[in-house]
Amino acid sequence: MKKRFQLTNLDCANCAAKMETAIRKLDGVQSATVSFLTQKMTVEADEARFDEIMAEAVRICKKIEPDCVVHL
Amino acid sequence: MHHFSKAQQTMLYRIVFAAVALIAAKLLPLQGVWAPLSYLLPYAVIGWDVLFRAIRNIANRQVFDENFLMALATVGAFSTNEYAEAVFVMLFYQIGELFQDYAVGKSRASIASLMDIRPDSANLEQADGSFRPVDPEEVAVGAVVIVKPGERVPLDGVVLEGHSALDTAALTGESVPRDVGPGDTCLSGCVNQSGLLRIRVTRPCSESTVSKILDLVENASEKKAASENFITRFARYYTPCVVVAAAALFLIPSALLTVLPQTPAFLAGTVWTDWLHRALLFLVISCPCALVISVPLSFFGGIGGASKCGILIKGSNYLEALAKAETVVFDKTGTLTKGTFTVTAIHPEGSFSPEQLLEYAALAEQFSDHPISVSLRSACPVVPEPGRVSGVEEIAGHGVCAAVDGRKVCVGNSRLMERQNVNWLPCELPGTLVHVTVDGFYAGHIVISDLPKDDARAAIADLKASGVHRTVMLTGDAEAVAKAVAAELGIDEYHAELLPSDKVDWTEKLLAGKSPKGKLAFVGDGINDAPVLTRADIGIAMGALGSDAAIEAADIVLMDDKPSKIATAMRISRKTVRIVRQNITLALVVKFGVLALGAFGLASMWAAVFADVGVAFLAILNATRCLHVAEFRREP
Repeated sequence: MKKRFQLTNLDCANCAAKMETAIRKLDGVQSATVSFLTQKMTVEADEARFDEIMAEAVRICKKIEPDCVVHL
Repeated sequence: MHHFSKAQQTMLYRIVFAAVALIAAKLLPLQGVWAPLSYLLPYAVIGWDVLFRAIRNIANRQVFDENFLMALATVGAFSTNEYAEAVFVMLFYQIGELFQDYAVGKSRASIASLMDIRPDSANLEQADGSFRPVDPEEVAVGAVVIVKPGERVPLDGVVLEGHSALDTAALTGESVPRDVGPGDTCLSGCVNQSGLLRIRVTRPCSESTVSKILDLVENASEKKAASENFITRFARYYTPCVVVAAAALFLIPSALLTVLPQTPAFLAGTVWTDWLHRALLFLVISCPCALVISVPLSFFGGIGGASKCGILIKGSNYLEALAKAETVVFDKTGTLTKGTFTVTAIHPEGSFSPEQLLEYAALAEQFSDHPISVSLRSACPVVPEPGRVSGVEEIAGHGVCAAVDGRKVCVGNSRLMERQNVNWLPCELPGTLVHVTVDGFYAGHIVISDLPKDDARAAIADLKASGVHRTVMLTGDAEAVAKAVAAELGIDEYHAELLPSDKVDWTEKLLAGKSPKGKLAFVGDGINDAPVLTRADIGIAMGALGSDAAIEAADIVLMDDKPSKIATAMRISRKTVRIVRQNITLALVVKFGVLALGAFGLASMWAAVFADVGVAFLAILNATRCLHVAEFRREP
């Protein structure tokens, strides 16, 4: 399953790159992109565990940039 | 300045206040402990958020980020009694960040305006004939919507009532009005220019042409170009390396200064605070932001700009590949040629005049729907009167015989002539020959051919000018026709009489023959040549307006069927790649230059901050040039 999420307050391009790398490494994630320009995150992951994976992804984003909000 | 957001406005006030406070601290004749304290005020005003985020990130175990590095550099400067410098660096950094933020916001806004083709409401017809505006998402297939003049067509559909001209600029990049009437398809995104239209919706909002285009452009940034991947990899190693180098630059000389009884030559005249200062300078330069922002921004801008010209590029990787295209392979019919037949020559025999010959042929063929008959009729200036023709007899695979003005006229191919035992004459011109006999005698022939598109020749010349070495045409058509078209358009080589599978084989051969770095692009109509489109490095489908198959199969989609758009796409891609290279070079040269100077104590903190935020700002400004495609929108 592939889904796109809107992000707000993603203020640093390097953080976006870091989030992308970290989310890609998650178990069950096939692909992930975090675009600093469009302020969007696209995640492709196992359907069955999607919510669980997204929760983890949000935790990663919070850790790298605490101001950034992911609109699930 | 009125474009500043609220947060940017606040930052501007902080910058002004801190600058004034810094000047005051510099001018006041304060002594002893008051001197450093007076600098704390501007420092706190300008840098509190950086310090706050730095501490928070350490708590999250996220070191090596820009905030942490700036905090370390400025606190370090404070601790070596360089108070003014600490404030200066922070101030300069924040100004740079503000500029950067502003520039990114600006380019985001311009990208958003490029994408602003989505209609936000549809006039849904109600049961009683009135209509009310609704969200296009809510409109079901089969519902009827009304589009008033000046409005955007909200959803794809078929015209039920009304005549109008549609401006397709949002889809094709060119404002050529398209006339529509009952029964015609209307694509979402077009602007209704004149009359009121009632449209029956044929596709849900999520599958409409506009949604597809927007989706495609938004997804395009997910397919990354090689240079984007290079930057990501580079960024991953760059920061830790510079930080380690900074630590070494401080620790090794300081240790040597303490341990060695005699100072070696390279340490002569330095104290440990000098080395700390140099190390802090390294930290300031250690963020790769200039590259991390500007490279994706360039590609995004290039793709957005291209879509404005009616060229959809499905990924940054294809945009980058197109700039390296050295072989361009074309399908002939419908790509380089119009795909419709036109009368190109009339060769009468005996006492017939060309006009007479054409008139007889057009009259005899007037009831046929065959493309050749259509072309004969459209070439004939006389409106055929049905009353002049009788006894029409169509002979499948041969032609037509009929009585025209009382004379027996037969129009058809050479087989028809042989059937009648009439000697026909061959023609030196390429194309399809239509022979005519009148009362059993040979009256001459008409040459019909598929003409090249008006801009095809210029497009080929343009491609060659922008670095394409080899242009190849593949066609299923006859050798003579292919030869003539290739010669007329200036195409380097052609391969005729090919079956669809032969086209794949030829593409394979051409792929094997190109240089390892060069790319091969194939241009087709996207309907019959999907296998070749996939096989080529870059598959370009043209005339895709409303054709899902083409959008699906190709890497680059031209919304109209002009070959000149390929040259335009190529110019946009080369410009984008050039800007990306400039930015990478600028950032690396300045950063490594300042690092080298800084290691020897020759660079100031100012230079370091410039190498960080200043370069980022310049790179972003340069990247926004990718968005400007006005120069490409002119007709060549």
